[in-house]
Amino acid sequence: MGFLKTFTLGGIHPPENKLSANKFIEVLPIPPRVMVPLGQNLGAPSKALVKRGDKVKAGQLIASGESFISANLHSPVSGTVFKLDNVVDASGYRRPAVIINVDGDKWEDGIDISDKLISDINLTAEEIIQKVKTAGIVGMGGATFPTHVKLMVPPGKKAEYLIINGVECEPYLTADHRLMLEKGPEIMVGTQLLMRALKVDKAIIGIENNKPDAIGHLTELAKSYAGISVQPVMVKYPQGGEKQLIKALLNREVPSTKLPIEVGCVVQNVGTAFAVYEAVQKNKPLIDRIITVTGKAVKKPSNFKVRIGTPLKFLIEAAEGLPENTGKIIGGGPMMGKALFSEDVPVVKGSSGILLMPVEESHRKEEGPCIRCSKCTEACPMGLEPFLLARAARASRYDMAEKERIMDCIECGSCQYTCPANIPLLDYLRLGKNKVGGLIRARHKK
Amino acid sequence: MNNVILISVAVLGGLGLISAVILYFVASKFKVYEDPRIDEVEEALPSANCGGCGFPGCRAFAENAVRQAKNEKSLDGLFCPVGGNEVMQKVAAIVGLEVEEHAPMIAVVRCNGTAAHSPDKVNFEGATSCTFANALYSGEGGCQYGCLGLGDCVAACEFDAIHMNPETGLPVVNDKCTACGACVIACPRDIIELRKKGPRDKRIFVSCVNKEKGAPAKKNCEVACIGCGKCEKVCEFDAITITSFLAYIDFEKCKLCRKCVEVCPTSAIWEVNFKPRKPKAEKTVPLKKNEEDKMQNTVTQAIGIKGQSQTGSVNKEVVGSEHIKNKSEK
Repeated sequence: MGFLKTFTLGGIHPPENKLSANKFIEVLPIPPRVMVPLGQNLGAPSKALVKRGDKVKAGQLIASGESFISANLHSPVSGTVFKLDNVVDASGYRRPAVIINVDGDKWEDGIDISDKLISDINLTAEEIIQKVKTAGIVGMGGATFPTHVKLMVPPGKKAEYLIINGVECEPYLTADHRLMLEKGPEIMVGTQLLMRALKVDKAIIGIENNKPDAIGHLTELAKSYAGISVQPVMVKYPQGGEKQLIKALLNREVPSTKLPIEVGCVVQNVGTAFAVYEAVQKNKPLIDRIITVTGKAVKKPSNFKVRIGTPLKFLIEAAEGLPENTGKIIGGGPMMGKALFSEDVPVVKGSSGILLMPVEESHRKEEGPCIRCSKCTEACPMGLEPFLLARAARASRYDMAEKERIMDCIECGSCQYTCPANIPLLDYLRLGKNKVGGLIRARHKK
Repeated sequence: MNNVILISVAVLGGLGLISAVILYFVASKFKVYEDPRIDEVEEALPSANCGGCGFPGCRAFAENAVRQAKNEKSLDGLFCPVGGNEVMQKVAAIVGLEVEEHAPMIAVVRCNGTAAHSPDKVNFEGATSCTFANALYSGEGGCQYGCLGLGDCVAACEFDAIHMNPETGLPVVNDKCTACGACVIACPRDIIELRKKGPRDKRIFVSCVNKEKGAPAKKNCEVACIGCGKCEKVCEFDAITITSFLAYIDFEKCKLCRKCVEVCPTSAIWEVNFKPRKPKAEKTVPLKKNEEDKMQNTVTQAIGIKGQSQTGSVNKEVVGSEHIKNKSEK
C-alpha cells in the first residue's frame, strides 16, 4: 500500500478514543415529551404551523422553512402539542420550540418505516431536490446547512464530483462509522440520488484509514453501484472539513471565501446521504438521527438512534448514567463541540455526539505568553496565522484581521490544541470572526 | 583655498534664496483658507478624542461646529458630552451663537444579576471578552439578557469611569463618567444606557433588561423585572411603559416620586442617591447625608429597598445605616 491521500497544509493528530466503534446502533425508546426547537438549521428558523392542543403524527409537518436558507421541520413523535414556548438550547439561550407530549407511535400516511431496501430510482433531479426540501434535510455533519440549497448548483457553475464525507475525523465520535457499517446499501442509494440531483456521474466516498471495516464494506458494495468509488485517506484532523477533504481526494484547492462548487465539488456527509435515501425512497422526513454517547468514564459508550427533540438526559441514562466526576458535557466532539448548558437540552438535527468529559480534562490550563514558536501556524489547515489573528482580534484591529483572511478560519481548533502556552486562540479567532462578519454585513447593507 | 569656501557659501546661499522665493509663491498660490475659529473651538474642547459627540475626534467636531454655525446659523445636534454645557457655551461664544442647555447624562448599568441574585449554573473559561461570550452562551447565571461580567465596557472607557466590582461581578460607574457612550456601544447586550443624571444625582431606573416572561426571568435571577405592570399602574406621570415583559422608565417624564420603587415586587427598580426612607409613622427631621454617604452613593449604585415580600406588602422600614449597608453588600 502506497502513501495515503491527505491534505497538505497543517493538521494535527489528537488521540482517537473511538470507544464506541464496535457498538451496534441501538434504537432508543421515545421519551414522554419532546422539545423540537424551531431553529435547527443554519439560516432562518422555521415558522411553526401547529398550535397548542393540536394532534400530530410522527412525520407530520409542524414548521415550514419560509426563507431561502431554511428547512422544514416535522414532528418526530405522535401526540399532542403541549405548547409553543422557549426552551434552553445548547448555549443556554432560550429559543422558540414546539413541545409535544408523546402518545403512542402513529405515523403520517405514506411513510414507509420498514427496513426493505428500495434501490430503483425513477425520479428526475428536480423531483429529488423537491423531496429533499420537503423532508427538511440539513447537513448531518453538524453545520446543518439546508441540503436542498446545496443541491441547487448556481447558474454558470457545474458540479463534477460528489464527495461523500465519511471521514469522521473528530475523536470519540462513531455515529458515521456505525452508519456506514450498518446502512451501507442505503448510503449507496442515497449517494446515487444525490448524484442524480447534482447531475454528476462520479462520486467519491472519503473514509479515514482508522475505519478499515467501513472501508472494506463500502468498497465491496461500491462495485455494484456505477460511478461510486471509496477512497481511504490518512488519519488527520480536520480532514472532515470540506475544503480539506477536497484537497485530500482531488488535490483541488477551494479559493479563499469561495464555496466548493468553485472547483466542481459538492460535499455531503454520509448521514445526509442516508437521510436523503429515507426521504426520497421511503418518504420519511428527517425526524431521527444517530448520535454517539461517549467519554472515558462512561460505563456504556453507545451509538443511539433517537428522535429529534429527545432531551439529552435520556441518552445519558441509556448509556448508564452520568459518571460522577463529569466536568463538562460536550455536544459534538472534543475538538469542535460546545460545552452544553444543561442536560435538558434536546437533540437537534445537527447533534452528532455527546461527550462526557471528566473534571481533570475539562479545565483549561493557565495561559502563558506567546513565544512565537509558530506551532499554530504549522497546524492551521487553512494556512492562516492564528497567533496574529488572535492578537489582532484582541487589540480590536479588525481591519487587519480581515486583511489576514480571518473569515477563512474554519474554527477547527487545531491552533489552540497545539499551542504550548495554552492561549485561547480559537476564542479570539471566533471573536474576530464575529466582529469582522458584522463589519462585512454592514458594508454590504450600504 | 579661501576661494572654495566662498564659492560653496555663495552657491548654497544662492540656491537657498531661489528656493525660498519659489516656495513663497507656491505657498501663496496654493494657500487653503481655514477658518481660524476652528482652531479656537478645538482649543476650547477637552481634547479627549473620545468620539462621544459622534465625530472622529475633537478636531472633526470643531470643523463641523464651525461649518454648521456658518451654514445653518445654529449648533443644534452638536454637543460635547465630556465638556458639557460649559464647553458648549465657550464654543457658542466663539462662533457667535447661543446654545441650549443640555441636561447632564450618565451611563447606567441596568443589571443586578450578582452571584447572590443569579447563582452560577455553569463556569466559563476562555477569552475575557463579552462579545465572544455573548456569541457563545447565555451567561454563568443563565440569564441571556444579563451582564456577562467580562469587562468590555471597562476596556472601552477612556475616562476611568467604569470598573468591575469583584464582589458582584458587575460594572460600576463612578462620577468620572462623561456620558460619551463608548461603554453603551461596547456592551453586546445593551445593558448600559445613558440616562439623565437627575437633580442632585437622583435617578430612578429599572435595573434589568430581561425581556422574558416572569417565570423564566425569575428562575434565573431573583431581582429580574417580571413585567407585572404594578409600576406602570402606580405611575402618575405615564413615565413607565412595559414592552415584552420589561418595564422602562422614561427619564424625561419621571418626576422621581419613587412610587414605582415601592411597589416593585422584585426590587428591580432602583433609586439612587435618595435620602434614606424614614419609617412610615415616624415624623423626623430629614437625615443629613454626610460626605461619606455621598461618596458611597456615587461609587455604588444600589438598591433602595431590600426585603420586600412577593406581594409587595408594606415592609419598607429601612433606616439610614441599614440602607447604606445594603448598598455596600451589593
